[in-house]
Amino acid sequence: MGAVVLALLPPFASGYVISLFIVLYANIALATAWAFFSGTTRYISLATAAFFGVGIYALAILHVYVSVPLALLGAAVVGFLVALVVGLSTLRLRGVYFVVFTFGLTELVHQVLNWWEIKINRTVTRYIFTDVSNVSIYETLLAVALITIVGSWYVSHVRLGFALRAIGEDEMVARHTGIDTTRVKVLCFAISASVMALVGAVLALRYPYIDASIAFNNTWSFQVLIAALLGGPARPWGPALGAVPLVLLSEYLAGTFPHHFGIALGLCFVVIVYFLPGGIAPLVERYYHAWVVARAYGRWPPAAASPVTGRFKAGLARLNARWWT
Amino acid sequence: MSAAMAGCGEILLSVRGLHKAFGGLVAVRDLSFDIHQRGITGLIGPNGSGKTTVLNLVTGEFRPDRGAILFRGEDISGWPAFRICRFRIARTFQLVRVLPYMTVRENVMLGRMFGSTPAEPAQAAGEAEALLERVGLAGRASQLGAQLTYIDQKRLELARALACRPQLLLLDEWLAGLNPTELQAGIDLIRLIRSDGVTIVMIEHVMEAIRALCDWVVVMNAGERIAEGRPDGVLSDRQVMRAYLGTDDAAA
Repeated sequence: MGAVVLALLPPFASGYVISLFIVLYANIALATAWAFFSGTTRYISLATAAFFGVGIYALAILHVYVSVPLALLGAAVVGFLVALVVGLSTLRLRGVYFVVFTFGLTELVHQVLNWWEIKINRTVTRYIFTDVSNVSIYETLLAVALITIVGSWYVSHVRLGFALRAIGEDEMVARHTGIDTTRVKVLCFAISASVMALVGAVLALRYPYIDASIAFNNTWSFQVLIAALLGGPARPWGPALGAVPLVLLSEYLAGTFPHHFGIALGLCFVVIVYFLPGGIAPLVERYYHAWVVARAYGRWPPAAASPVTGRFKAGLARLNARWWT
Repeated sequence: MSAAMAGCGEILLSVRGLHKAFGGLVAVRDLSFDIHQRGITGLIGPNGSGKTTVLNLVTGEFRPDRGAILFRGEDISGWPAFRICRFRIARTFQLVRVLPYMTVRENVMLGRMFGSTPAEPAQAAGEAEALLERVGLAGRASQLGAQLTYIDQKRLELARALACRPQLLLLDEWLAGLNPTELQAGIDLIRLIRSDGVTIVMIEHVMEAIRALCDWVVVMNAGERIAEGRPDGVLSDRQVMRAYLGTDDAAA
């Protein structure tokens, strides 16, 4: 329903609104893709910007030779392959080592590409010539965001989703219950990266030219992580809940306090994290359960012993436990 | 040895010349033993004698330096852990490892979904309930792993291991830390599992349980096998007493 409304929106919306929604969808897709791997396995990746940038460069190079849809597909494939190689060599690292490695990866790819462009291509910028309209970009990114959420939701219900969560909870147990942890991790890291590369490629269609510092901007890694944590990274629909207020808040603050934007945004994060350490999704779930209970019993507070109350209490316990539950 | 164990069936697992060193420390030294089908074998020895290392070698957590681990006619030494699990060897852990923020049901489903005969989640969920009832956790399915008491977490680990549908089940001090009532319940539960046709190897310090359950005991000290035999005979062996108690106390 909501998706149909959004899909039909462009003719009635201003250019500004279209642009705002493009950024919003990009963030939703990135945060959902990030949480698909990192939220479940708790391998916290700061390589979002790396794969995003790989996608941008893949498009910039490919669109000269093939049509735009093919170039987009190519970008997703390149993102997948890069992540496959990176994943095979690094997913043995756990905890903070993995975080630091992924952070360094962005810088590594950035600098290598920079070097290549200057020394081999003798230029620092690449131009992107397409006639793709903002409305097409809007529609493409809406589709990408929706497919990412639905796909992530689907995976959470099949064996692969259970394997990801088991790895996040205790990788040794996962191995000893028959889960091929290396394969699951590398495959899902690569799937997540291919979405990131695709989003980068679609956004690149709006840029007249790119260079390495535009493509590989660490801000993306952090923004996506914050959106996912804000929403609740353990649920497929959580990161989207975080991306919406985050993008709107940044937009509002950038317009209202252009000179103190960073400070204002930082303050908001501190307040949010203080009051909502588990993110928005558990809160939504909690009120949903409460609503179910209230509807079933027609009163508040609900009766002490009932199956629904049991579920409600289990939800509360989960809420109080940790952000990732 | 084979003669003494003849009543217990064919050899299911055969460890031959197994060796594992961590740096300069030899944890398991040229160890050999056989595990017979449908029996309960105790693996005992003082702390640090290499029992858990043997278990980690058999389940693929560690890779042996040399030696063979023959199970169902194949040398599984060096296989990755997930493959060994699918080849029907399941285990529990010395320090209880339930998945804290998955429900009890989901914990068990994992074994069924990824073990030797993988099932889809819906089917696995149904069968998980039956297994939970078997280990005495009926009604707890929707709780989180972290919410269970210690003994119940141990029960859950057992249910998860059984959900993998093992032929060989390795229990690492599964009865440790239980009070007398729980211990009796635990012993009964292990008997029940054996009666289902599962072969069991248990690392254990609780002698009462070893006497009550084991058909055969392998004693380790400093990475080597120092004795094996029926529990009553082995537990009164001088060498075994010396390993556990020290030279002076054993002599006195």
